[in-house]
Amino acid sequence: MKPLLVRLLQDGPVITDGAWGTELQARGLAIGDFPDVWNLSHPDRVTEVARAYVEAGSQIILTNTFGANRIRMADHGAPEQVAEINRRGAQLSIQAAGNRASVFASIGPTGKLLMAHEVTLDEVRAAFVEQAQALAQGGAHGLVIETMSDLDEAKAALDAAQRTGLPVVVCMVFDAGREKDRTMTGATPEQVARELTGAGADVIGANCGLGIEGYVPVCRRLKAATDLPIWIKANAGLPTLVGGNVVYQTTPDQFASHVPALIEAGASFIGGCCGTNPSFIRAVRDVRGPLPSAERLIARSTRGEPGHPAT
Amino acid sequence: MQEYKALHDAILSGDAATARAVTEKALAASADPLRLVNDLMVPAMDEVGRRFECNEYFVPELLISARAMKAALELIRPLLIARGDEPAGRVAIGTVKGDLHDIGKNLVAAMLEGGGFEVIDLGVNVSPEQFVKAVREGKANVVAMSALLTTTMPAMKTTIEALEQAGLREKVKVLIGGAPITQKYAEEIGADGYSDNAPAAVSLAKKQLALGA
Repeated sequence: MKPLLVRLLQDGPVITDGAWGTELQARGLAIGDFPDVWNLSHPDRVTEVARAYVEAGSQIILTNTFGANRIRMADHGAPEQVAEINRRGAQLSIQAAGNRASVFASIGPTGKLLMAHEVTLDEVRAAFVEQAQALAQGGAHGLVIETMSDLDEAKAALDAAQRTGLPVVVCMVFDAGREKDRTMTGATPEQVARELTGAGADVIGANCGLGIEGYVPVCRRLKAATDLPIWIKANAGLPTLVGGNVVYQTTPDQFASHVPALIEAGASFIGGCCGTNPSFIRAVRDVRGPLPSAERLIARSTRGEPGHPAT
Repeated sequence: MQEYKALHDAILSGDAATARAVTEKALAASADPLRLVNDLMVPAMDEVGRRFECNEYFVPELLISARAMKAALELIRPLLIARGDEPAGRVAIGTVKGDLHDIGKNLVAAMLEGGGFEVIDLGVNVSPEQFVKAVREGKANVVAMSALLTTTMPAMKTTIEALEQAGLREKVKVLIGGAPITQKYAEEIGADGYSDNAPAAVSLAKKQLALGA
């Protein structure tokens, strides 16, 4: 296991962050606008979101770079800005994190289907190489490939991300099939675990989906099929319309009430996806219990335990 | 028709080349094009839908079967049109305004075509006005809307309102779908139907137009 992961995991489950898009919208991002572009146009607001998660207790925060790959950005007319958006995205989260959190930079899907021949595997891999390199240049401590529906695309992204030498998390969406426990292409948690472990991921997991409850059994099945740590970031259920506004009905406390089950099922990294915000992270943190104090961490690192980078 | 059962099997296994070859052979031997559709192709797509329901087929299998169906239909449809047979219905489909996600929309469009519908694909980021125009000028009798984002879902309601204002709401059935959409949301905004998967969208469209599934 990579040293950073050893260090993060030695005190039990690690708290990650929640949704970014809706947080940016709350700060003025127009509906339908591409959030990632804000890394260049509104860096202060992006940093605010990152800081809100650090203050809520996130030990790992992500970056505002989910959609910043060349293929997806071509639809938004800014492919030439890809590298800069990613570099800045990583830098903004690093700034907000200070020495209080690690930054795992977000890599989302291209939005095109390999199996429909809308894009080639080479194009997909090249787009992810470009993004991963820029995120590494921006100083990211790790990379998170997330919201993947197709194992082939996920593995292309993993291949690209591994070239940076950073720890790589790969997580997929399980929301298809009769039991809603398959990926869009029909892969089971066991298949996903086997293939991503075999391909050399450092952490595997599940994100987005239909809600946190459904991810407890998915987490258990992933865990049973791999030796790698498991990463879970679930949605706050499905949204409903209230007075013309889209609202997620799951409250932070309801969300957090499933966290013990998730830990029991083997989750090592826990956070939220669509519909969650810093209040959800605070609630998860309260359930997770107190974190080790900074003094203890420092004392331990001076004893030279394995996995502590020389700082 | 049983001599052309290979057409049924080619669609079921997603073999477009064979589907096309068998169709060519059948048409050259003067087989009735409508019977090819009704006796072989539609049952094949029904079986594809059934296998999807049973977790035997997933999105990749749906896509290749829909493509095989389309390959055969491309040969058959001109013959049907020439003799005045109408399609099962005309669907104006698109991802709503502000939303650029098209995986689900494309899949539903392919399945609808496979189900014998004529599909007017309006693409992504489709404004209410564009949907209205497709109904008025394209003579669509079904409007199918897709949204992946919770932030763009409300555009479905706006589109329904635009159809009402244009006096076209009664002329069309409105179907909606997408990751954040629910049956409850469909009811709240006054859509005629919701489906959480592509094969079910085809039976839903047929049911709404009272065509029988």
